[in-house]
Amino acid sequence: MSLARMEVYEEEFRHLEGSLRRLRLDANAKAVFLIDRNGQHIAAAGDTDQFDSTSLASLTAGNVAATDGLAKLIGESEFSVLFHEGQRDHIHISIVARRAILLVIFDERSSLGLVRLRVKRASTEMEGVFEQMDQKSEVGAQGEPEPSPFSEITDEDIDALFSE
Amino acid sequence: MTFINYAAREINCKIVYYGPGLGGKTTNLQYIYSKTAPERKGKMISLATEADRTLFFDFLPLDLGTIRGFNTRFHLYTVPGQVFYDASRKLILKGVDGVIFVADSQPERMEANVESIRNLEENLRDHGFDLVTMPLALQFNKRDINGAVPNDEMYRMLNYKREPTFEAVAMNGLGVFDTLKSVAKQILVELRKR
Ligand SMILES: Nc1nc2c(ncn2[C@@H]2O[C@H](COP(=O)(O)OP(=O)(O)OP(=O)(O)O)[C@@H](O)[C@H]2O)c(=O)[nH]1
Ligand SMILES: [Mg+2]
Repeated sequence: MSLARMEVYEEEFRHLEGSLRRLRLDANAKAVFLIDRNGQHIAAAGDTDQFDSTSLASLTAGNVAATDGLAKLIGESEFSVLFHEGQRDHIHISIVARRAILLVIFDERSSLGLVRLRVKRASTEMEGVFEQMDQKSEVGAQGEPEPSPFSEITDEDIDALFSE
Repeated sequence: MTFINYAAREINCKIVYYGPGLGGKTTNLQYIYSKTAPERKGKMISLATEADRTLFFDFLPLDLGTIRGFNTRFHLYTVPGQVFYDASRKLILKGVDGVIFVADSQPERMEANVESIRNLEENLRDHGFDLVTMPLALQFNKRDINGAVPNDEMYRMLNYKREPTFEAVAMNGLGVFDTLKSVAKQILVELRKR
């Protein structure tokens, strides 16, 4: 994966979604979100409609980034898990494959222990998917590049975005 | 970091507003928010102090429509400009695709402007980015104030690599969208190069 770009293709996306759906069911969670560390929403499962996924992604990434900064200050490489306890709903945040953030929202129908356990399994699954993604983009970078739909972008296309 | 989701047919790009404290970064975002149709924007998040200074970041997601069948979204962030927030400022630059530097046209802020560009360069480098190749636009804000430093003088002091430069009065919107468009275009042109 290049520093400048992350690409998710159909196949991997389906796999990630599958893992999230399973995690959501197994952990009895309200919703689960996969977010990249820069704050972009990648995929989700569960009652996602009741949450603003874009805001969630940005704030979660900010939260993780700030906590990482704190960890470094005291000589830790990172805090691998964050847990925020509310009156009704709780949030479990963990890192997947060093580059993505898994956010689980749950209430009294689940428990921290259960969420922890299930997150571990889902993370291992998703790490495999991310590895597959890396291999794909490496192939793309060296050998036969996948034809990019963007190489054909015209100035008119770009202007049109701003015309309204 | 441009995030391309082929499954959802989405491109997401991150633009960061950088510059000295009180230069008008947050005001830029507020203006964009106020002038953007509801279906094209998400919620604006401001993590600010009680005195309305940016504490961590402002965030505004914009949906610009489709390009080649891909829904194009820009995530706008501002950094906290106050010098002592450097650690937070650096965090916001993570994964940035383009930078808008908002300079303050008041004579007494010129030093702060210069210092902030240096700080930008350094913080980008810590993330492995180079300001030389980063899509960049320079905005001279607060052109409405009395005694604003002349344009060409500001250009001489602040221009980094002949990047597109805009005069602005962020409070009433002058130059705000032109600056944004300029960086958005540069980012999409980068995408085309691949
Ligand atoms: N006269 C004038 N004032 C402006 C203009 N743009 C912003 N301001 C004012 O400058 C002050 C600071 O603006 P902000 O947008 O909060 O500045 P900032 O760069 O976000 O500051 P930090 O969050 O501390 O980094 C506010 O009182 C704005 O109303 C402008 O074009 N002209
Ligand atoms: Mg601000």
